[in-house]
Amino acid sequence: MSVLHIVNKSPYDRYSLDTCLRLARPDSAVLLIEDGIYAALKNAAASERVQQALENHQIYALEPDLQARGINPDNMIDGISLVDYDGFVKLTTDYDKSQSWL
Amino acid sequence: MATKKFLYINRKAPHGSIYAQESLEVVLIAAAFEQDVSLAFVDDGVYQLMQNQDTAALGSKNFSPTYRALGDYEVNKIYVEQESLELRGLAKDDLMPLVYEDEDDDWAEKDSIHVVSSAELAEIIEQQDVILNF
Amino acid sequence: MAIELGGKTYETDEEGYLVNLADWNDELANEMAKADGATLDENHWEVITFLRDYYEEYQIAPAVRVLTKAIGKKLGKDKGTSKYLYELFPYGPAKQACKYAGLPKPTGCV
Repeated sequence: MSVLHIVNKSPYDRYSLDTCLRLARPDSAVLLIEDGIYAALKNAAASERVQQALENHQIYALEPDLQARGINPDNMIDGISLVDYDGFVKLTTDYDKSQSWL
Repeated sequence: MATKKFLYINRKAPHGSIYAQESLEVVLIAAAFEQDVSLAFVDDGVYQLMQNQDTAALGSKNFSPTYRALGDYEVNKIYVEQESLELRGLAKDDLMPLVYEDEDDDWAEKDSIHVVSSAELAEIIEQQDVILNF
Repeated sequence: MAIELGGKTYETDEEGYLVNLADWNDELANEMAKADGATLDENHWEVITFLRDYYEEYQIAPAVRVLTKAIGKKLGKDKGTSKYLYELFPYGPAKQACKYAGLPKPTGCV
């Protein structure tokens, strides 16, 4: 499989998410970690962009980072899959390479 | 040593942090080991290639002229994302000219900078063996 | 470390590279060579001058591969070989010549 794009910055702090989505090919996946998690929330300014991206990409969110930030999975955009640390490791091996949008 | 395709993605403005200078140094080291090196300038990274940068009054080292040495190191695939330029009101003319001499074409001087669309850059990212972010 | 010359002290790093680029002069280069048991002739000076010009323009000391190619282009094909440059500077052309030229040790140097 192609590229796993990793975003660890809040969509309201930097362009990392926007740039990632602009440069991610349709068959690539996106993993939200650390403050990148905030992009997974419903009813926020970035929600529509993420919802649109779900049409072309698998989007994952790292559950421990979600829990750490007090985010209830019910408030997450539908279609985003949760992964734990093992799942994170598996993703990095399932895809040919990872690209971190620092 | 097998040659690998290295892409360095530069997304930070040049003088506010050490990223740009560090990236350039790592690029030159990797190029000295004859790897297949490409550079991409995205987001604020496009500011790294602005013409007429002068850090004399800052009292810090001006590494801006060093980009012009990249051609000597056979680093001649320099991709600048069109969208990032446009968002900042910039065009290719605002960037410093970077050239190389093509050994296979009687040392003709050629342009190293390629302004590419997001879709083109997405393809380039896909073709790499190693991607490094600065 | 430091070099004493003509009643002046020039600061160097632990490998003998000049700390301040602006301190450099011809006598200092000769003095550094003498300490290595070498004498600089016009062929050495061609390379040293080339390195200083390169640094002035690009703000880096070139890697040996780049140096070799550029010397060949500027000073003639017979001089653009690692054999020629290693004969002039047996401790490594980029490393040793840069030291005499008062430049920092080259990035990724040999």
